[in-house]
Amino acid sequence: MLELKHISFDVEDGGQDREIIRDVSLTIPDGRLVVVTGPNGGGKSTLARLIMGIEKPTSGTIALNGEDITNLSITERARRGIGFAFQQPVRFKGLTVLDLLRLAAGRELNPAEACEYLAAVGLCARDYINREVNASLSGGELKRVEIATVLARGTALSVFDEPEAGIDLWSFQNLIEVFEGMRKNISDSAIMIISHQERILNIADEIVVLADGQVEKQGPKDEILPGLIGTAAAVAACRKAI
Amino acid sequence: MKELDSIQKRLLEEIADLHAIPEGAYNIRSNSESAGRRSTANIEITPKTDVAGLDIRIKAGTRRESVHIPVVMTQSGLKEQVYNDFYIGEGADVVIIAGCGIDNCGMADSEHDGIHRFYVGKNARVKYIEKHYGSGDGAGKRILNPGTEVYQEEGSTVEMEMAQIKGVDDTERTTTAELAAGAKLVVRERLMTHGNQRAISTYVVNLNGAGSSADVVSRSVARDNSYQRFDAKIIGNAPCNGHTECDSIIMDNGRILAVPGLEANDVDAALLHEAAIGKIAGEQLTKLMTLGLTEQEAEEQIISGFLK
Ligand SMILES: Nc1ncnc2c1ncn2[C@@H]1O[C@H](COP(=O)(O)OP(=O)(O)O)[C@@H](O)[C@H]1O
Ligand SMILES: [Mg+2]
Repeated sequence: MLELKHISFDVEDGGQDREIIRDVSLTIPDGRLVVVTGPNGGGKSTLARLIMGIEKPTSGTIALNGEDITNLSITERARRGIGFAFQQPVRFKGLTVLDLLRLAAGRELNPAEACEYLAAVGLCARDYINREVNASLSGGELKRVEIATVLARGTALSVFDEPEAGIDLWSFQNLIEVFEGMRKNISDSAIMIISHQERILNIADEIVVLADGQVEKQGPKDEILPGLIGTAAAVAACRKAI
Repeated sequence: MKELDSIQKRLLEEIADLHAIPEGAYNIRSNSESAGRRSTANIEITPKTDVAGLDIRIKAGTRRESVHIPVVMTQSGLKEQVYNDFYIGEGADVVIIAGCGIDNCGMADSEHDGIHRFYVGKNARVKYIEKHYGSGDGAGKRILNPGTEVYQEEGSTVEMEMAQIKGVDDTERTTTAELAAGAKLVVRERLMTHGNQRAISTYVVNLNGAGSSADVVSRSVARDNSYQRFDAKIIGNAPCNGHTECDSIIMDNGRILAVPGLEANDVDAALLHEAAIGKIAGEQLTKLMTLGLTEQEAEEQIISGFLK
């Protein structure tokens, strides 16, 4: 379970303080899939980076399973079970897909195991396992490898930042199945997905709408989703997924 | 074969993965003496009489055979210049494993200057693997100055893998090649310098024959206060294809100078150079840290992947 209490995050922008996240309190209980949506620039990625420890909040506390992790490093949070798929994954010259999956799993992986994670994100393992995670991968391929690294970690809290971006429709269907599968097996873990996709919002237990750094709405899917359909916060796959 | 001590054995493992006497032809040079040598029916190794070194003659048509010629030095203050000439017969297909390991725990500098000349016959294929390694905590330097000359006849292929990852204080490596029609040269260089080390790597490749090609790629990491210079020149004297690439990671107070050089003396010479120097990207470290690695572990993974 993840608990954010009164999280604020300020940055200096042209000599002026700017509040990117304003007093956000949020709980993601175990066994739940929470989807965070809201307009671009609303602070969703920043919130995810605060959870992972890439940024430190100006004020407020973050607790994972009851432990205050506000001052823990990225590495320490990762080792306590937070996983994060970046919105814009980074490339590596020389590291292969298999290298990354092994590092993610924290152990040697046999090709069959590695293939399972790649198949889940719609990549044919034989073609990809020894590929370098470099500029030769397309944006969509890179994005899927990124998601596979989080699957390989099997973490207590998995955060996915706009996982659908750059992924084609066929794989998008696949991806939904991956999240549904995770959703079924998350009894002692939680999932947070940042997304505008109606199909992803649809598999959420809870939806959080973040706008202008603040929680605008929050509640069970059935309560929140109807009000979002047709807005930028919930777009149909055919319009945005590609 | 002469008994080698444990340091000599360790050096042999580092530079040639050798745990026992190699298969095929070999000569092991240890502290300026031959510690063992074997010729085979197709590969004849004879010591030179005028200077230190070997003549290695590989018969035409020799297939899938290997030659190991590792050098180890453990005596502080030793300085040697060694000339090895390889005559590779037409159509031969062989692997040559060289390499030099120096352990210096004394005050005096140890230096090995190996001059290798390859005369590669028509349509022959050579794979050349060379690893350089230094160890020992003496104040004396470990110095390696390899000179490599490659003469390729029509249709021959030479593939060179050269690596110097650790412990060599000072190196000046010069590689020159002359390629006839249809000949192909592929070079993969891996270099890491640390401490106050200095490494200079110079290539001059002449593409003289129609359809010849060269691909020279160097990846390097300069850490601490080390200095590197990569100077690669490809000269196209005929319709040909040449590519050089230098890709470096700079760390700490390292310094790197990349000097690309292309010269076309034929309108159909297609030559390309790429060079990039940069530090490890912060996002790369962050990503690996989100997988549970410490910053230092992340750095090691990025470097070892880069130099793989
Ligand atoms: N470290 C930072 N410094 C300055 N501005 C930032 C920083 N991090 C985020 N921002 C700004 O905060 C706003 C929210 O960004 P982001 O969290 O990426 O939104 P979203 O993911 O919802 O699109 C943007 O206007 C962005 O430019
Ligand atoms: Mg974002």
